[in-house]
Amino acid sequence: MDNALRELYQEVILDHSRHPRHYGPLEKATHKAEGYNPLCGDRVTVYLALDDAGRVADIRFEGKGCAISQASASLMTDLLKGKTAAEAGKLMDGFLRLVRGEAAADLPEEAREHLEVMGGLSEFPMRVKCATLAWHTFKNAVEEGRQTVEEGAS
Amino acid sequence: MTAARKLAPSFDAEAARRDFAILARPVHGKRLAYLDSGASAQKPEAVLDAMRVFAETEYANVHRGVHYLSGAATDAYEAARRTVQAFLGAAHEDEIVFTKGGTEAINLVAYSYLMPNIQPGDEIVLSVMEHHANIVPWHFLRERQGAVLRWVDIRDDGSLDVEALDAAITPKTKLVAITHMSNVLGTVTPLAEIVARAHAKGVPVLADGAQGAVHEIVDVRALDVDFYAITGHKLYGPTGIGALYAKRAHLKAMRPFNGGGEMIREVTRARITYADPPARFEAGTPPIIESVGLAAALDYFSAFDRAAVKAHEHDLLAYAREGLRELNWVRVIGDAPGKGAILSFEVAGMHAHDLATILDREGVAVRAGHHCAQILMERFGVSSTTRASFALYNTRADVDALLAGLRKARQILV
Repeated sequence: MDNALRELYQEVILDHSRHPRHYGPLEKATHKAEGYNPLCGDRVTVYLALDDAGRVADIRFEGKGCAISQASASLMTDLLKGKTAAEAGKLMDGFLRLVRGEAAADLPEEAREHLEVMGGLSEFPMRVKCATLAWHTFKNAVEEGRQTVEEGAS
Repeated sequence: MTAARKLAPSFDAEAARRDFAILARPVHGKRLAYLDSGASAQKPEAVLDAMRVFAETEYANVHRGVHYLSGAATDAYEAARRTVQAFLGAAHEDEIVFTKGGTEAINLVAYSYLMPNIQPGDEIVLSVMEHHANIVPWHFLRERQGAVLRWVDIRDDGSLDVEALDAAITPKTKLVAITHMSNVLGTVTPLAEIVARAHAKGVPVLADGAQGAVHEIVDVRALDVDFYAITGHKLYGPTGIGALYAKRAHLKAMRPFNGGGEMIREVTRARITYADPPARFEAGTPPIIESVGLAAALDYFSAFDRAAVKAHEHDLLAYAREGLRELNWVRVIGDAPGKGAILSFEVAGMHAHDLATILDREGVAVRAGHHCAQILMERFGVSSTTRASFALYNTRADVDALLAGLRKARQILV
């Protein structure tokens, strides 16, 4: 059996895709953005409640897409809860390097342990976009998704 | 070699497969089962050789120079036009306009034929199974000139209801734009009947032949179709070239789309006059080497008994359908009677991209996604499908690889 495939679709990933954490809309969202990949039709909406200190007090998502995109969104929500937007930005940079197979030494230990299940993607460059959709959408939500403003993502 | 094949009563796909060097390369260490010819077909050595030999011996710009090579290149380019004419059964060579592909051929009709003749409220009739190439140019006319798009639904099996299409044609209809064969469902539309019904109401018909020209035997005169768009790269030819067939009377009445060299008769400071068709619609240096490649592809393809090729593709389709019957977790989308060799399906609990990734590791190349047919995806309530499309070089071994890959994907994902 193909080891790269086995690593890509390991149990943790499949579990997150079948039973995504923090799934569904967030009533008290302060920020929200929709992400869309026109190549494959994957969609994700990220809801955030940022507190006054700019910390992610709550985060939820909903979406439709492949196992990789759903698992990645689920793992992301697990990790980002409680982080500041600035910390989240750094984690995102590290995550992007990880899935591209680049060195991600600056990822904190806890985050690396959490995210390294996605490391198998480095063997599948065509699928990296699936995993990064949720993160880019999170970034859009923070930067442009303030809920007093109508957001125009996708 | 090709002559001998023509005499053969049946079609030898294994032999044809050997004409395509790329099919001998392994992918991820596995035998390649290339089932994505609906997106783009592979090219036989005859095409690659023809392009190389032409570039090495006869290449120059066309219709310009007085030197020897320019004459030779012009002859080759115009000979390619006659090859396309013969392939489509057109009456006249000047009814063939070279374009960069099928998309440009349809856009040419939108800009040059319809745009000058359309008023707000005029209607364009099209089906919900069109490829975006046969949707977006008409949306431009809606957006910019107030045209109304009239959508004709299809039946649940993917077949077209000709009565419904007929009913959608009103006194305001300016064009029926319809696929000859759906790139997702494989549905072959009854083009001759559609044309007859539209013409009875004085409405011209454009057919998107991107798939139809590959899987059906086209005779534009018998069909009496007004416009027929093809693309080279799905016909075993190169990318960057396609063609529009249009009836002579339409082309003569059409204004140019692109302006530039070669499409004019005379240019002064105050005015311009245009060249006659087809040159009027071929501004700038055309895809010259590609035209030679396209002609070689059509010669290669036409040397086979086309009916036997079609029967071979239908055998693969039937064999795949039979195999899928055992996999009750696979739902085939598109089962119209007489459909061509394209098979789209959805797999319970599996997203098309995950499936395509796993198939790819088995050497099986399929398309996954919305296939540039989002309206059709919406019609069937899916966001994407997986599509296997068959070409002359596919064999039952390719289908076996697909079926085995599907079983494996289920083991991994479900």
